Amino acid sequence: MELTIFIIVAVLSVVSALGVIFNKNVVYSALFLLVNFLTIAVFYLMLNAQFLGMVQILVYAGAIVVLILFVVMLLGEQLGEDISSWVTPANGVIIVLALILLTIIGTAVTDYPTTGAKGDFTPELIQEYGQAEMIGVTLFTDYLLSVQLAGVLLLVGIVGVIWLARNDEQLPATGDVPTKEA
Amino acid sequence: MSQEIVQLLVDIVKLIIIASVIMGIFTFILLVERKLIGRFTRRYGPNRVGPFGLLQSIADAVKMMLKEEMVPGHVDKVIYVMAPGMALMTALSVFAVIPFARDTVVLPLESLIGFSVYLTPWVADINVGVLYLLAVGSLGSYGIILGGWSSNNKYSLLGALRTSAQMLSYELPLGVAVLSVVVMTGTLRVTEIVEWQTQFAGLAWIVFLQPVAFLIFFISALAEAGRAPFDLPETENELIGGFMTEYGALKFGLFQAAEFVHAMMFCTITVTVFLGGWNMPFLNEILNIMPTPIQALAPVLHLGIFIGKSLAVYCSLIWIRASVPRMRFDQLMAFCWKWLLPIALLNLFATVMGLAITAELLGLW
Amino acid sequence: MLNEVKEAITAPLEVAKAMGITLKQFLRGPVTNQFPDEPAQVYPRFRGRHALKRYENGLERCIGCALCAAACPTECIYVEAAENTDEDRRSPGERYAKIYDINMLRCIFCGYCAEACPTEAVVLEHDFTLAEYDRWDAVYSKEQLLEPNNPEYLVVRDDEVFVKADTWSSK
Repeated sequence: MELTIFIIVAVLSVVSALGVIFNKNVVYSALFLLVNFLTIAVFYLMLNAQFLGMVQILVYAGAIVVLILFVVMLLGEQLGEDISSWVTPANGVIIVLALILLTIIGTAVTDYPTTGAKGDFTPELIQEYGQAEMIGVTLFTDYLLSVQLAGVLLLVGIVGVIWLARNDEQLPATGDVPTKEA
Repeated sequence: MSQEIVQLLVDIVKLIIIASVIMGIFTFILLVERKLIGRFTRRYGPNRVGPFGLLQSIADAVKMMLKEEMVPGHVDKVIYVMAPGMALMTALSVFAVIPFARDTVVLPLESLIGFSVYLTPWVADINVGVLYLLAVGSLGSYGIILGGWSSNNKYSLLGALRTSAQMLSYELPLGVAVLSVVVMTGTLRVTEIVEWQTQFAGLAWIVFLQPVAFLIFFISALAEAGRAPFDLPETENELIGGFMTEYGALKFGLFQAAEFVHAMMFCTITVTVFLGGWNMPFLNEILNIMPTPIQALAPVLHLGIFIGKSLAVYCSLIWIRASVPRMRFDQLMAFCWKWLLPIALLNLFATVMGLAITAELLGLW
Repeated sequence: MLNEVKEAITAPLEVAKAMGITLKQFLRGPVTNQFPDEPAQVYPRFRGRHALKRYENGLERCIGCALCAAACPTECIYVEAAENTDEDRRSPGERYAKIYDINMLRCIFCGYCAEACPTEAVVLEHDFTLAEYDRWDAVYSKEQLLEPNNPEYLVVRDDEVFVKADTWSSK
């Protein structure tokens, strides 16, 4: 049962990922990306990580792809190139390198199968305390530095966007309705 | 058949029943809305088809279905056909985690098939239910965005762009408002949030404890559902219907249905998270002193209370629609980012601080 | 900034006020006239379908002078006169209208015909249900116009009613 679902979702995931790359129409690419994100959410759910699955949908499917679509619509959708234009010597080298890397990874995985390190949090423990609590406790104790750094990184991003979007010309504020006093 | 498969079948049947009942209620709600809007503007509203105009929605539905299904030549056909269904599907799937009553009904079928069948008053009680509500709710904008884009029409595209900006922005205060509720109740499970509100004889409705969060949630939900005064995706007077301009017949009907189901969905979420769900103050206390046959009717009573509350919230939406004119787009965005989001964040901060101080005083740490 | 804070305080009050107004109107009930079920109310000076009047002794007022046709801005009236004889006396004057047609599709209900009429024969009554399935049916003949045509589904309001039922007074 679980294996069947996994195979179906995995095939969907790979196909949608290929669809993102090979579609000429950027809106279709974005939609394939949406499907891809949703399949990843399903993987999280199958791994008993409901919290991550839902956050995946909420953040990536619900917000990021909408933003991508927003930008695509603003800029015009026909940004894609013909696949034939990809055939260049540089790309050939990249493909060969990628294949070599894939072979190495594949060999490593098949020759040295790992079962993964077992952490403190077993499914039973997660069931008892709840997923959100566990993630919260872990994030704010063991990984506090990473969380803080990520926060700073996002803050830098926000400040940068504000600086980029700032217009030096002093335009009248658009939000104000002309009032009688003005 | 094993018990698991039977329970799975029960869940599927429940999904089908909920979806069809919601669509049935939608036709009724459409009529209520038109009648109430009529009354607010001192008209009668539709009253010609059937007694009191009760069959008006059915007549409209039949008309929608019998019209010619047309796909204009200049549209992106796949997405154009897909969009209305997507809009409706996302709105409907939220109802999977809404608890409509408290008690699980057990069908004692041991003698027949060897095990009892459990009828839960919800389809799924997942431990991140609140996140599910927000996540699926956030997918609701896709139908509109894709419908607007695939129509290949400037007005539709403008409507779609407005929608994507609006929905992205208003998701934030919505989420933060719900977050303060989650912090307060300490659970992401929807059934537990409702159960939390049965404390103090059912008087612990979160709307009393978190009025600011409730207001922010309500306003953001109006914007997320694209209801007046935030119905900028449509704006029939400036964008001639926005994303729906190029749609007709059943596809248009589906968009209409999606819009109303979306609003209904936010009404049920409001009732579940803020207004005590299926509970009424003192209901459980009264039920406890009643004889057993009446206690057995509790699920029906709960369901009735839930539907009644949701309808009341929906009527307030209609009232707002009749009263408040549509906002301008820049006002809409400024309102979200300059007022709602900071207030929501402050409210969350205050909630956390309040909880921490109480815990400190009570010596819970 | 100060303005915005002021607005933030007044805006909810404004919304509450708006909702109060709609609620008040809601409680006052609809003003719609349920026309086919209830009689429609028209005001005394409402100009509807024409009528050709008679004298009390049954003679037609119309003398076939065609002044109405001349006054009509859309030329929707056609009059053809014939001589009265002693055997066949239709009107008190020398002549009467043999044909008197009004094309209701062209008529703009301006009432100039009634103003022009020297004998007050043609007047505009209150009937407004003038829809037809065939456009030739919209040309009303003299026989149709001579019939009394204030149907029972019309109630002519007098001015007292007008004041009492004034829907726009703000009380």
